[in-house]
Amino acid sequence: MTQPRNPVEPFLRMDRMPHIWCPGCGIGVVVNCFARAMLESKTDIDSVQVVSGIGCTGRIAGYLRMDSYHTTHGRAIPFATGLKTARPDMKVVVFSGDGDLVAIGGNHLIHAARRNVDIKVICVNNFTYGMTGGQVAPTAPIESVATTSPFGVFEQPFNLAFLADSAGAVYVARWTTYHVRQLAKAMREVLQKPGFCFVEVIAPCPTIYQRRNRLGDALDAMRFYKQQSKLSEGADTRTLDIPMQGPIPVGRFVNRDRPTLLENMNTVLGKRLGAKFTPYPTGVTR
Amino acid sequence: MKADPKGVLTGTHFLDGDHACCEGALAAGCRVAFGYPITPSTEVVERIASRLPEVGGVFLQMEDEIASSIAIQGAVWGGARSMTVSSGPGISLMMEHVGLAAMTETPCVFVNVQRGGPSTGLPTLPGQADMMQARWGSHGDYEIIAIAPNSPQECFDLAIHAFNLAERFRVPVMFMMDESVGHMTEKVVIPPPDAIEIEPRRFTQEPPEKYLPFAAGPDLVPPMAPIGKGYRFHVTGLTHDERGYPVMSAEAQEKLVHRLVDKIRTRADEIERSQEFMTEDAEVLLVAYGITSRVVQRTLQLARQKGIKAGLFRPVVVWPFPGKRLRELARKAKAVVVVELNYGQMVLEVERAVCGAAPVRLVPHGGGALHDPEQVLKVVEEVAR
Ligand code: SF4
Repeated sequence: MTQPRNPVEPFLRMDRMPHIWCPGCGIGVVVNCFARAMLESKTDIDSVQVVSGIGCTGRIAGYLRMDSYHTTHGRAIPFATGLKTARPDMKVVVFSGDGDLVAIGGNHLIHAARRNVDIKVICVNNFTYGMTGGQVAPTAPIESVATTSPFGVFEQPFNLAFLADSAGAVYVARWTTYHVRQLAKAMREVLQKPGFCFVEVIAPCPTIYQRRNRLGDALDAMRFYKQQSKLSEGADTRTLDIPMQGPIPVGRFVNRDRPTLLENMNTVLGKRLGAKFTPYPTGVTR
Repeated sequence: MKADPKGVLTGTHFLDGDHACCEGALAAGCRVAFGYPITPSTEVVERIASRLPEVGGVFLQMEDEIASSIAIQGAVWGGARSMTVSSGPGISLMMEHVGLAAMTETPCVFVNVQRGGPSTGLPTLPGQADMMQARWGSHGDYEIIAIAPNSPQECFDLAIHAFNLAERFRVPVMFMMDESVGHMTEKVVIPPPDAIEIEPRRFTQEPPEKYLPFAAGPDLVPPMAPIGKGYRFHVTGLTHDERGYPVMSAEAQEKLVHRLVDKIRTRADEIERSQEFMTEDAEVLLVAYGITSRVVQRTLQLARQKGIKAGLFRPVVVWPFPGKRLRELARKAKAVVVVELNYGQMVLEVERAVCGAAPVRLVPHGGGALHDPEQVLKVVEEVAR
C-alpha cells in the first residue's frame, strides 16, 4: 500500500528533502501554512513567485517547488520589487527572517511599504540570527542573551507591526507558529489583497535562541505561545511590543486600502502625459 | 531580432553621452530600469525617467544603489531587459550584486559614469580608476564583460552592444563611461529600428520535466526559462548544481565556477573588440581607452608630424582584454605607452599581454582633468629615441 501523500507535497521540492532546518524549528510550520493557504485559496502555483534573502528563513525559496529566488542578504524586497514591476500579473511573495528583512534590509522594507509595492512579505521572527549561530537581532527582547550580546541585549528592539504600519503597509498581522489556522488564513488574505502586506510570524528557534535563553524546547515554545498570546485584533500598533516574558499581542492589526505603486504611477502619469501615456499593467483588479 | 520601434528615436541628434547611453538602452529594449541619483551619471536616469513612460516602461528611483542593482535582476528574471546607472560610491555599493548576477547568470547592464576617486573623490570630474573594480570588484572568481565608449555616438551604439552581450553570455556587462564622455555633446545618429540588431533572450525548448536550469551545452551558456509557465526553477547565489539546487562541495564549486569563468575566457575571441590607428608601422604603440583614447589621437598627430612612427591601440571591449592582438603589435614596436586616468590599472593587463615583447611605460593621471597631449608626446619622444 502506498502512503497517502501529504496534500502540501506538490508545493515542495521533495527531491531536496530532508531540509536543513533543525527539529522543532518554526520555519517549516510557516512553509506548511503557506502551502495550505495556496491550496485553500486555489491559487495557481505558477502565478506566484517566491523570493527570499539569506538566513534560515531565507532557505524557504529553495524548498518551495515554485519559481523561486534565493537572493542576497537583506535584498529580497528590492529583487521582488523588480520582479513585480516587470511582471505585475504575478503574485510576488517574500519569505525572510527578522535579521534579513529588518536589520540589513530595513531600508528596503520601509520604502517598499511607503511606495505600496504590491508584494507580500512574510517575516519569520525568531529574535535571532539562527544560521550564523545566535547573534543579536534588531528584534531581540531586552535582556535576552545572544553571542554578540553575551550579558544581555540592552538595545530597544523594533516592534515590527508598528514599523510596517507607520511605513504604510496596507495589511499588517502577527501570529505565532502555534496559530496555524490563523496564519494560513492571513496568508490567504494577503494573496488576495493588492498592495504591500506584512505578516510577522513569531517562530521558535529551539537550537539557538531557546537554548541560549533557557526557554526550553519547541514544545515549551508552543506552550508559551498558547499561554502568552493575546488576541489584539485591530489594536493600535504602537502597543504591540513583545517583552521577553510575554505577552505576545497577535492578530490582524491593519487592513486598509491604498492604491498600489503602479496604480499611483498610472494616475499621476496619465494626468500629466495624457494621450502620450499608455497605462502600465498593474496586476490589480478593483 | 530587430529593435522594437517604440524605443528607437531614429534621426540625427545632438546628445551628450549620458543621454545617448539612455537612448541606446531604450533601443536595445530596456523597458524597466532602476537607479539612484549620483553625479555625473544622474542625466542618464533623468532621461530614462522621462522617456520610459512614453515607451511603455517603468523607471523607479530606488532608496539606494544596492536596491537598484538587485531590482534590475528581479526585472530580468521577470523577462525584462534592465539596467542601472551609477558612479563611484554608488558602483561600490552595487558590487555584491555584480557577483550575484555573475553567479545566477542574470543578463543585465551596469552603467558606470566614472569620476575621480577614491571615496567621494571628484564627483563632477572625470576618472578612469574603476577599471579593475569593474573586473574584480565583487568577491569570488567570476568573469564579466566591460565596454569603454569614447563618444556620445558610441554611448548609443555600444549600449546596444552591451545589452546584446549580456543576453548572449548571460553575464553582467559593465558599461564604463566617464564624466567627460558622459557630459560631452556631439552628433549622434540613431538608425531606423530595422537596422538595429537585438540579441533575443534564449529560452529553453525543453518541457518543464526535462529542463535543467543551469545545464549548458557546448557554448557554456544555459538557456533561461520563462516564469509562470510551470518550470518552477530555483535561482540562488549559493553554489548550485544544474538543477539550480545549492550544493556545498568543492566538486560543485569546480563544475559551476569553472564554467562561469570559461564561458567568457574560452569565447573571448567573440567578445573582444579594439580599434587601431596607424599601427601598421608603429614603433611607439600608444594604448588608451575611453576618453583618453581621444586625447591621445592628438598626441598621435603631433608625433607623426615630428616623424615618429606612433600608433594607437584602443581596447573598446576592455574586459575580456584584447591581449592577443596587442601582443602582435607590441612585437613590432620599440615601446608601448599606456595612457590612462589612474595610477596604473589597465597597464598591468597590458604588461601581462605584452609579456616582455617591448618595454611598457605608463603615463598616469590622477583624474579630475584629462591628459595634456603634449605631455604624452614628451614620453613618446623619449621612448622613440
Ligand atoms: S538555527 Fe534556529 S532558526 Fe535556524 S533552522 Fe535551527 S531552529 Fe530554525
